[in-house]
Amino acid sequence: MAENISIEEINDKYLDVLREIGNIGAGNATTAIANMLSLKVDMSVPMVELTPVEKIGGIIGSEEEIIVGIMLGVTTDIEGSMMFLMNTDSAHHLVNRLMMRDPDYMEDFDEMDLSAIKEIGNIIAGAYLNALSGLTNLTISPTIPFVAVDMAAAILSVPAIQFGMVGDNALIIKTEIGGDLGVEGYFILMPEGESYAKILTSLGVPI
Amino acid sequence: MGQMIKVGMADLNICKPPDNLTTIGLGSCIGIALYDPSTKITGLAHIMLPDSTAIRNNSNIAKFADTGIQKLLDDMIKAGANKARITAKIAGGAKMFEISGSNTSSINIGEKNAAACRAKLKELGIRLVAEDCGLNYGRTVELYSEDGRYLIKAVGKSEKSI
Repeated sequence: MAENISIEEINDKYLDVLREIGNIGAGNATTAIANMLSLKVDMSVPMVELTPVEKIGGIIGSEEEIIVGIMLGVTTDIEGSMMFLMNTDSAHHLVNRLMMRDPDYMEDFDEMDLSAIKEIGNIIAGAYLNALSGLTNLTISPTIPFVAVDMAAAILSVPAIQFGMVGDNALIIKTEIGGDLGVEGYFILMPEGESYAKILTSLGVPI
Repeated sequence: MGQMIKVGMADLNICKPPDNLTTIGLGSCIGIALYDPSTKITGLAHIMLPDSTAIRNNSNIAKFADTGIQKLLDDMIKAGANKARITAKIAGGAKMFEISGSNTSSINIGEKNAAACRAKLKELGIRLVAEDCGLNYGRTVELYSEDGRYLIKAVGKSEKSI
C-alpha cells in the first residue's frame, strides 16, 4: 500500500514529473478542443506552480472577477476531483464557436450555454485524464461535470479547501490555449489520500 | 474617511471606527463577524475548515473555525471589547458545485464549516444574531464598525444587510 504523501513533500523531482503529466494532459485536452471545434489550436507549455492555499483565490485575476469553473470527480484507481477554469471571455468564445454563433455574442450564459460548457468540460477533462491514465496504467474515470459561474475567489475556495486539508500549498497547472482561439485555461487536479503516491509510484518514481 | 481593511482567506483582523472590514468571494469558507456595540470593536475572520484537531498541519490558526473564532475573540478582548456584549453574524458556507459521490468529502464542507462556527460560538457563549449561509453562490462581505452592519453582495443578486 502506497504511503500517504503530502504536497509539502513533493520536491523538485516530483514537480518535474507532475509538470510532464500536466503537459501531456493539457496537450491531449487541447487537441480534443481543436477536434471538437475543427480549429487549429496551439498550446503554451503549461506552468506548474505550487501556490499557497491562501493565495489561490487570486491566481486567475482579481478575486471578484467572474469566472467559469467546471468540476468533475475522479474515481476508480485514484480518488479525487479536478477542475478546469477559464475567464468568462474564454468561455464565451468556446460556447459561441460550439453553437456556431456570432463570435461577439456576450449575453449571460443560459441553460443551453451552461450545458455546452459542461460538454466542453467533459471533453477537456476526459482527454486530460486519458493522458494521465495512459502514462500511469491506472484506470481513472471522471464523473459527470458540474459548472459554476461566480466570483473567482468563491469558486477557487473549493480547491483551496481541498488542498488546505492536507497542507498549505496547492498544485496548479496553467496553460494557454492559443491559435485561432485565445483561451486561457487552468487545470487543478486534486487527488485525495494516497492518490498522489499512487500516481508517482505508477510512473516509477521512488517515494 | 476610514479604511476598508481586507481580510484574506485563512486570515482575521479587528478594527474600530472609522475603519471597516471586508473579505472577498467567500465560497465554502465562512466569514465570522464579531461586534461589541459599546466599544465598537469589530472583528472579522475568514475560515476555510471546520476543525483544527482533524488535521495534522494546523499551524495557521485563522484557517479553522475552532481556533480562528477563539483567536478573533481574544484579539478583540485584548483591544478592550467586553465578551458579554459581543454578538456574532456569519455568512458563506456555500456549496459551489452540486457534485455528489463518495469521493468528494470536501463538497459539503460549507455546511460543516457553518455547523462548526455555530458550535464554537455556542461553546464560547457568544450569541449568533444573524446568518446568511449555504446555497450555491459566492459572497463578498463588508462589516461596518459604526453599527455592526454586515453587508452581503453576490453576483446577480441584490445586496443584503444582516
